[in-house]
Amino acid sequence: MSDLLTVKGLSVDYVTAKGGHVRAVDNVSFSIKEGQSYGLAGESGCGKSTIAFSLMRLHRPPALISDGQIIVGGNDIVHMTENQVQQLRWSEIAMVFQSAMNCLNPVVTVEKQFFEIFRYHGITNDKKVSRKKAEELLSVVGIPAERLKDYPHQYSGGMRQRAVIAMALALRPKLLILDEPTTALDTVVQRDILKCIYDLKKELKFSIFFITHDISLMMEFCDTIGIMYAGKIVEQSSSGNILHNPKHPYTYGLKNSFPSLKGEVKYMEGIPGTPLDLQAIPVGCRFQDRCFRACNDCFTKEPEISTTNDGFFYCHNPLKAG
Amino acid sequence: MKEEKQTILSVKNVVMDFKIGGKSLLSKKKTLRALNDITFDLYKGEALAIVGESGCGKSTICRVAMKFYNPTSGTMTFGNNDIHKLKAQELKNYRQKVQMIFQDPFSSLNPLHNIYYHLKRPLKLYHPSDKITTKKKMDEYLTLVGLVPPEEQGSKNPHQLSGGQRQRAYLARILAVGAEVIFADEPTSMLDVSIRLGILNLMNKLKKENYKSFIYITHDIATARYFADRIIVLYAGHMVEWGDVNKVIVNPAHPYTKLLVSAAPDPEREGVVELPVLKDKESEVTVWTPESKGCPFKGRCPVAEERCSKELPQVREVSDGQFIRCFQSSR
Repeated sequence: MSDLLTVKGLSVDYVTAKGGHVRAVDNVSFSIKEGQSYGLAGESGCGKSTIAFSLMRLHRPPALISDGQIIVGGNDIVHMTENQVQQLRWSEIAMVFQSAMNCLNPVVTVEKQFFEIFRYHGITNDKKVSRKKAEELLSVVGIPAERLKDYPHQYSGGMRQRAVIAMALALRPKLLILDEPTTALDTVVQRDILKCIYDLKKELKFSIFFITHDISLMMEFCDTIGIMYAGKIVEQSSSGNILHNPKHPYTYGLKNSFPSLKGEVKYMEGIPGTPLDLQAIPVGCRFQDRCFRACNDCFTKEPEISTTNDGFFYCHNPLKAG
Repeated sequence: MKEEKQTILSVKNVVMDFKIGGKSLLSKKKTLRALNDITFDLYKGEALAIVGESGCGKSTICRVAMKFYNPTSGTMTFGNNDIHKLKAQELKNYRQKVQMIFQDPFSSLNPLHNIYYHLKRPLKLYHPSDKITTKKKMDEYLTLVGLVPPEEQGSKNPHQLSGGQRQRAYLARILAVGAEVIFADEPTSMLDVSIRLGILNLMNKLKKENYKSFIYITHDIATARYFADRIIVLYAGHMVEWGDVNKVIVNPAHPYTKLLVSAAPDPEREGVVELPVLKDKESEVTVWTPESKGCPFKGRCPVAEERCSKELPQVREVSDGQFIRCFQSSR
């Protein structure tokens, strides 16, 4: 399998009012293979969504990409002109946002919103053709065709999210970015939608970049998982390894923040302390204050990359296997 | 061996109807039955979880208990008094003893005042004393909820605290009022994953060491199992299964509970599971009206039979301390 998308040394800064800058994403590198589902987990404010937005260059000032490359099909998105990126959006990379409530236009019918996509990307100017295509797409996600004439508020939350997924797939993108697609939904609806996405993935063979903070959900659905803390990917591995054999103490802590449904109810600690303030990054490892395995090195020098058979991690004092 | 349990709040056959508008002004108003025959007791020092999908009436229970609405029929009693008939001093006493913690810690604190102010007001109102004692009490409560050092945290304004700290500050305020029963309406769903357990552990501590009672409203059954002692599964305003939390979640008997349990994320599961539910065209919430008949879950139930659409199943005890409303179920 070849790489569909490669991110090399990506850094994203937020310019602050006083002229300084906060580095929200710091030197992040990863790649997504064709047909793979890559998950990115972490707390809020760790830079997950900033990465997702910069992959499509949708980030708005004060955010700016200060360094790095995002390579899709041999081209670097960072250095493209606005027109070129516009061509790429939706046809190569499509995105499903966190709240479908806000990304559908409330005063326009769903049918017309589909038509706008097709017209804008030069697929068709004929309303009848567009309607037929839209009906097909909606049937794929399990929404009856007669609901096309409805306005978004007539849909339930789950249907709205499914309609957005159908729109994202309208131009058969190679990569689908899912930015917390189900956080606002119920568990039953959430599973319905994820199942729908993964059935479609099998059929249409696209890659998935899945962002969430629910690591237990991610371990069920993704092949490879990156764990992000304070702007850095601190560990990346296959989902099986993240589950059974985590190396970084933060991964272990995140995993242990979700009570289990089986076995005995054990006292769980979670992760002590609060997420790092990116304006005051300490010397050494960023996780030092909250880490239960912190040693002297952690307070003086930044950990180097260590590679494993299917990933990497940054830690001076990693957890042992088993 | 069972300890003597002391009932602190008792809910009996509560029914709550809402009038909902038709399409135009002139069309007839419809009635929506948001809660139907809700009955439970809350014991001292116990946490009772209420789970269900959005729109099933979880928060309506809270609102009825908070006296936002008077129930259409049925009673809620606190101590020996009907909540909805309280007056004057008794009402003040009820307001003191029963408090609520909200989902959004960002809007439940006054942004213009510091944390000390939030604690001082209820103390002045309910436990008047001199300045030094008040200060001592405030520091005690702040330490109890883990906001240390209290001098530093107490003089901060809400915007200087993180979400988890705000939720702690709010708990401190509730304790300062002198609450015995705490209605927690999804208190952790807006917090970061790593912070959630901290709040749950704190509530657990308050429950065990300070004998506070909790009604824990959530849609995350994993945390319900972690924190609560008993659980009520609500579907379209009906209690479909309730009882001991471990029995209900480990051995669910009602088809809807089974669905909820299998939909919860489980990292150890391989691949995508098929949900035990009928595919309905729109997975919308079942609308229940006073005229509706039968079991509310019948439309989505994989094991529904004819009589399910005719009569509401009676309550059955499937095992010691586990009750369901369902004709089916082998046990």
